[in-house]
Amino acid sequence: MSHIQVVEGSEAVALAVKACRPQVISAYPISPQTHIVEWIAKMIADGELDTEYVRVESEFSAASVISGASATASRSYTASSSQGLLLMTEVLYASAGLRLPFVITGVNRAISAPISIQVDHQDTISLRDSGVIQFYVESSQEVYDTHIAAFKVAEDPKILLPVMVCMDGWILTHSYERVSFMEQEEVGSFLPPFQPVNFLDVNDPKTWGSYAEDDVLMEFKYAIHEAMQYAKGRIKEIFSELAMITGRDHGGLIEAYRTEGAEVILMAMGSMAGTVKEAVDELRSQGKKVGLVKIRCYRPFPFEDIWDVIKDTKIVGVMDANFSMGSEGAVATDLKAKLCGRPDAPLVLDFITGLGGREVNKGTIREIVQKAEEVLNSGLPLHEPHWVDLNPAILP
Amino acid sequence: MKITLGAVVKGGTSLDYKTGSWRDQRPVIHEDLCKACGQCEMVCPDNAVYVVDEVYIIDYDYCKGCGLCAYECPTDAIEMVPEEK
Repeated sequence: MSHIQVVEGSEAVALAVKACRPQVISAYPISPQTHIVEWIAKMIADGELDTEYVRVESEFSAASVISGASATASRSYTASSSQGLLLMTEVLYASAGLRLPFVITGVNRAISAPISIQVDHQDTISLRDSGVIQFYVESSQEVYDTHIAAFKVAEDPKILLPVMVCMDGWILTHSYERVSFMEQEEVGSFLPPFQPVNFLDVNDPKTWGSYAEDDVLMEFKYAIHEAMQYAKGRIKEIFSELAMITGRDHGGLIEAYRTEGAEVILMAMGSMAGTVKEAVDELRSQGKKVGLVKIRCYRPFPFEDIWDVIKDTKIVGVMDANFSMGSEGAVATDLKAKLCGRPDAPLVLDFITGLGGREVNKGTIREIVQKAEEVLNSGLPLHEPHWVDLNPAILP
Repeated sequence: MKITLGAVVKGGTSLDYKTGSWRDQRPVIHEDLCKACGQCEMVCPDNAVYVVDEVYIIDYDYCKGCGLCAYECPTDAIEMVPEEK
């Protein structure tokens, strides 16, 4: 059973969070924050949600509050974006190390300077090494479902890591879409109360994150990596379990879209994937063998699942909405590193797309596919990333 | 020894670790000059100054020898003496 409503993307997140019944929510409601925490504040004011809502003085504190709350066995949540996420960085690394399973919505927006409030993935990509699990979503429906799964993933006793659900600013947060919502009882039985073995307790004092010397620190870090590796399988199970209840299957760690027999496979994350699907449909109808791999879970990096889909293709075009200055896009870097040394590996092209909200439309995707075909036909690999729609004429 | 998730260990580990061993100089209170004003107790960052029967004593298990007490003492009753082994 479920009901359907047209809601703002931010409200879809707030309704998912509400259904998960967190005990503590922190919020720093100033730019680059979104409506998410406003919708939650309204639910509390209207008596629909009983939770400790803490208004803090910075995003550093927002992360610190839910970190501490999580350590007291409270299900905890916050949302942020862009500069706010960067200000949380230190706390997020620490929280992963302390194995605190809260959930954060990372609304994707460009990083200053120059200042911008438009979408790209630079902010959350900058946190990829922190030990926080990262999901990227394409639609408001996927953002709703993924938040409900996120708490269950985070709180799994063998995972116990923060989970960040990354959603594109404006395109998802501020647009209205049709969303199908779960009934409260369904969420309740899918997501039991958070009951960790270890928690802060005045009657049984414990030290968290005690000092670690060179004889053990590597093992602590490896344990986080091991949890990430374990999470790959567990996330797929949790997504399937949710799909059984909702009847909506968004895929596992990745979604492969029309990749059968594809010669060119594009790879994308976030709302861009929806546009790619449209373009792929058109190109397929013209007889072009093109497909899409949408990465739903970026950390842990789902190479095994990607490999299963791309191993017979000739070329993979990665659409990176981020850039590592002085190097290349993050997703392409990950993929190339994993493919290196496999003689049968497809070529990988890195397309830097959509920085600062630059439009990625079907025309952009056709250009990318054309570029990939050129490389394929010429046999000359493209070693440097290709900045799509870059206007060199205005460079200083 | 096995490590624990999140480096969680039993509380009160400072009872096992005597951080006074970090000290390279020790504060010594000259009782004849001490007026028991309590400045040293207030400024000690390690809570290593105690009052027992109006007499100020230093807990050398936890005093790291920073010298704040000697610096703040209005009657110069605290002397910093180098630790020697």
